[in-house]
Amino acid sequence: MNGIMPLVADVPEKLSAADLRSAAIDVDRLVKVYKTVRAVDDVTFRIARGSITGLLGGNGAGKTTTIAMIMGLVLPTSGRIQVLGHPVPAESHAVLGRMNFESPYVDMPMRLTVRQNLTIFGRLYAVPDLRMRIAQLASDLDLNDFLDRAYGKLSAGQKTRVALAKALINEPELLLLDEPTASLDPDTADWVRGHLENYRSRRSATILLASHNMLEVERLCDRVIIMKRGRIEDDDTPAQIMARYNRDTLEEVFLDVARGRDREAAQ
Amino acid sequence: MSEPAVAEGRGIALHRVGAMILRHWYLLLSSWPRLLELTYWPALQIITWGFLQSYIAQNDSFFARAGGTLIGAVILWDILFRGQLGFSISFLEEMWARNLGNLMMSPLKPIELLIAMMVMSLIRLAIGVIPMTLLALFFFDFNFYAIGLPLIAFFCNLIFTSWSVGILVSGLVLRNGLGAESIVWTLMFVMLPLACIYYPVSVLPPWLQYVAWALPPTYVFEGMRALLIDRTFRADLMLDSLVINAVLFVASFVIFLALLRSAKRHGSLLGGGE
Repeated sequence: MNGIMPLVADVPEKLSAADLRSAAIDVDRLVKVYKTVRAVDDVTFRIARGSITGLLGGNGAGKTTTIAMIMGLVLPTSGRIQVLGHPVPAESHAVLGRMNFESPYVDMPMRLTVRQNLTIFGRLYAVPDLRMRIAQLASDLDLNDFLDRAYGKLSAGQKTRVALAKALINEPELLLLDEPTASLDPDTADWVRGHLENYRSRRSATILLASHNMLEVERLCDRVIIMKRGRIEDDDTPAQIMARYNRDTLEEVFLDVARGRDREAAQ
Repeated sequence: MSEPAVAEGRGIALHRVGAMILRHWYLLLSSWPRLLELTYWPALQIITWGFLQSYIAQNDSFFARAGGTLIGAVILWDILFRGQLGFSISFLEEMWARNLGNLMMSPLKPIELLIAMMVMSLIRLAIGVIPMTLLALFFFDFNFYAIGLPLIAFFCNLIFTSWSVGILVSGLVLRNGLGAESIVWTLMFVMLPLACIYYPVSVLPPWLQYVAWALPPTYVFEGMRALLIDRTFRADLMLDSLVINAVLFVASFVIFLALLRSAKRHGSLLGGGE
């Protein structure tokens, strides 16, 4: 675990000089205690602008709580969070319009059509030329067949695409994704991953994703942070982590970590 | 990727308030049961109480003189009750839809969400109460709008109280999850005996009168009786009500923010369940 990563990944062609100076996410000694449970325990990391970082860990590892604190939905017990150069939650208003998220813990109004939902969120984010933006997203994410159907009547795969469209409506600089391909069939999941890769390279966006899908993380992420019981267990590129554990896949590393085998034992 | 000024996020943005109103307008238009529910109970209420008033008026000279006090009270009570329900149900719709996380993560501010809920309560109220007043006019010959300008004072005071209660119960549901939902439907009923909707404050035992006078609607219902029975508009009562309402409104907003902060501390915004 080195915890020190370059502040800028390899794809920052649209970033300004001011952007380059700060990390997209800077988390310092973050702690979250729920009554007697330390859900997040002294976590420190910096996420480079333009990178895709995977947050891995078993259930209860602290991934969702960490992301929720970055979003400002959960207040930390102690520690400091800076997002796009602004302290959160103190200056959340300065960054909320520049970020977005997708999570299985939230949903969208079921009775509203896909177009109506996207219109509402587009207006909340003050998206210019909203009709054009919705048309563009509908084309990119293949939503045209059900754009005027109630969101609640869509299949799980269609809902995930709509949730992704909502997350991209404001072309966020920072995208937080919690299990973005959960409950999707392999074809749709692969399609979503491809779209995320395209979005990152086109927009130079920073993506932080929590996932249980190790193949997804291997494919998408420049860097992986492995959490266990609220602490960071390892933090490096996927290749370096696999090398350290002497494993061929992240899934094997995940199992080593989950079952308490340390790196030396794995080797 | 130039960084917008921090100041961009300050202040109230009408486009975000408008977006939330549009969201709930779409919902109302998409669901005829929701529209029907808005008019169903008020219509039943006015018919039941209207016939009761007609019956009493035939047999008692006091009620014959004080024409419309029961029907007027029913309509004003409905403004109070439906105003709060209109507010709170709009808020609950976000929790039922598990949409609150999306909203809290967006640039929408709590004050903008609350303003949108207030506007929605007015829209829901209009859908429910206007047909009610028309029924009163055609069935019982009671023209609610003949109250004239005092009606504005009555309405403003009642709607402010309903918003304050709506903000308070929404905060409680936000903090405690949908397990606390029943409070939305029941809290306002504490006003029913204490705000002296159907009888004067003097009926209450002296110690309870202090409680009654601490509630803004009490002044409105006393004012309504003064107007319909004595033909006197009591501006002093309306001003007293307004002052208490202002205190209640600010207090409910402060409590809502404290409950929101508590919900963020306890991580209940992502769940919203029981």
